[in-house]
Amino acid sequence: MTNILRQVVPKLKNLNYVAIRCKKWYPDAEYMSQFDGPVMYPDEVTSKFKMPPWNAKKPPIERKVTNMIINFGPCHPAAHGCLRMISELDGEIVRYLDPHIGLLHRGTEKLIEYKTYAQALPYFDRLDYVSPMSNEHAFCLAAEKLLNIDVPRRAKFIRVLFHEIMRLMNHLAATSFLILDVGGITPLFWLFEEREKMYEFCERVCGARMHAGYFRIGGVSQDIPIGLLDDIHELVSKLGERLDEVEDLVTGNRIFIERTKDIGCVDAQEALNRGFSGCMIRASGIKWDLRKTQPYEIYDELDFDVPVGSNGDIYDRFRIRIEEARQSIRIIEQVMNNMPPGEIKVDDHKIAPPTRREMKSSMEAVIHHFKLFSQGFQVPPGATYSAVEHPK
Amino acid sequence: MILKDVFLVFISMIILVICVLIGVAFLTLLERKVLGYIQVRKGPNKVGFLGILQPFSDALKLFTKEQTFPYMSNFNIYYFSPVVNLFISLFLWMVMPFVSVYLNFNLSLLFFLSVSSLSVYTIMLAGWSSNSSYSLLGSLRSIAQTVSYEVSLALILMSFIFLVLSLDLFDFMGFQTYVWFVFLAFPLCVMWLVSGLAETNRTPFDFAEGESELVSGFNVEYSSGTFAMIFLAEYASILFMSMVSVVLFLGGDINSFFFYVKVVGISFFWIWVRGTLPRFRYDKLMYLAWKSFLPCSLNYLMLFFCFKMLIFVILL
Repeated sequence: MTNILRQVVPKLKNLNYVAIRCKKWYPDAEYMSQFDGPVMYPDEVTSKFKMPPWNAKKPPIERKVTNMIINFGPCHPAAHGCLRMISELDGEIVRYLDPHIGLLHRGTEKLIEYKTYAQALPYFDRLDYVSPMSNEHAFCLAAEKLLNIDVPRRAKFIRVLFHEIMRLMNHLAATSFLILDVGGITPLFWLFEEREKMYEFCERVCGARMHAGYFRIGGVSQDIPIGLLDDIHELVSKLGERLDEVEDLVTGNRIFIERTKDIGCVDAQEALNRGFSGCMIRASGIKWDLRKTQPYEIYDELDFDVPVGSNGDIYDRFRIRIEEARQSIRIIEQVMNNMPPGEIKVDDHKIAPPTRREMKSSMEAVIHHFKLFSQGFQVPPGATYSAVEHPK
Repeated sequence: MILKDVFLVFISMIILVICVLIGVAFLTLLERKVLGYIQVRKGPNKVGFLGILQPFSDALKLFTKEQTFPYMSNFNIYYFSPVVNLFISLFLWMVMPFVSVYLNFNLSLLFFLSVSSLSVYTIMLAGWSSNSSYSLLGSLRSIAQTVSYEVSLALILMSFIFLVLSLDLFDFMGFQTYVWFVFLAFPLCVMWLVSGLAETNRTPFDFAEGESELVSGFNVEYSSGTFAMIFLAEYASILFMSMVSVVLFLGGDINSFFFYVKVVGISFFWIWVRGTLPRFRYDKLMYLAWKSFLPCSLNYLMLFFCFKMLIFVILL
């Protein structure tokens, strides 16, 4: 039967002879595909023909559409030089973010390996350039723990004073940067004027406005000059008013609240998991301030409050910073009122260098001076940990 | 005779444009000094006496700097969009209600609405032709914002037109001899000022040039001459919106000296707001335009329309 079919039916290609049991054969897709081309039996020339269009309608061109990729690079005013984010934007919404961090890493730890402890001190200034002396404080505390020395009382007071001044500087800068990024350009100028005055204090006390290598292992490097405390008192007594001015402008402002409330919310669990500390963790509601929980220097003698937020958003952090600045003002006033007289460096000349007058008269002082400034002091080997409540 | 008329109109236009440009130059100085004093510092005060010659030195610097153009930009559009922007901003000044025969304009408000909508195109083309993602984003945001606020601007204008029943800006003067419109419809005037802030892309609506977000937005790739033109166009439109605001609701009587004081006062308001407020987030701004301002201006329109109908019915 199939033989007869083969003879009778012309030689069509792709003709699947179905099993003999089926009654009727219907054309299937494979059979129909031989009619797809322009010519039925193509030869050399006609095989190059293209199929003319079925109708006048054109199908829409398929295009590949991707989201816009914007490089929010380090050279952007809102990145503050530290962050590079490659963001994939869908209109105004960020769909995917690829942060590149570490632009501020300058290999401090490696560089310190080849330096003495005293030479390593200025590196810490440059870690956080907005509040330089706070970093030095941590380093000095750690080294003093290893060396097992205790710093004289006046030095502790001076250190706390300048740490709080640095806290003020940091919080003023941070809040003004926040407001600047949101769009308000004036509080930056107002608060930076206050910071200028604080730079003047740093310069008076140790010679450098910003990267003051003032704290030393064993105390501070020089005593505070006469008249400095009066000037600090004058600044600090007016600072509350400046903060009030900034708050007037911004805290109740509907635009600012819309920009910052419920934005960047981090709840307490997440904050603990990610290892937040400082203002960020206090904004999320966790009561943790190293000055109260692990008091170092003289913080246990001082009376101040620690603001804690509830919502973990940017607005809370902003309010906490302003409130912490006010508390710092309180601390500074107390420190200045109770400043004890006394020494500012540890007596031990194997650690802290002697004064120049002593060096010019005493032999041991010369030897100590020489050894300290050429070789540095030896710290017993070991590992230690010390923490400060850094303003950041 | 017609030739003489045309010639005189031409001369008047040129004098108007020159005076506007000088006004704009000093407006830039005013802005810098006012912003400086808000920020507890003095503005520029070294160049002339109290910094009077600062805008001229700025212009000189800008026009003698090198004109750059981005590598893959569409050069014709890139170069001509600031030119057209400046042209449109200056062209708008024809609307200023002069008393003289040579510069009288019957349909000035219609003209104002149409031409101010054209400036949207220039910003769009400026941002697009710079071939940079940031400028594209800036210009897109700016266009969306401008277009949205134009709607409420037009509706507020129409509310006033219902009171005055004429599209000529000059007629507003006659209606305000006894009481200014600012006392008649104070919320409307506030909305007009805010919409004007949005139209001219100024803080708190300045996405087009949001410095801390987009670093100059759509004019990030422009330098020297073309930047100067965009800058001038923006300040010309600020001055123009102040002028229209004064005519519309602060009793604009061109002949009095006090008119110009009021114009400068409203420009000062523009600058003052820039120094004080933060910026709106983009979606909040759109929300404000479409869900707050639009219903409000529509309702005011209905109010004034029905009020006018009522007056007609009572009179008839």
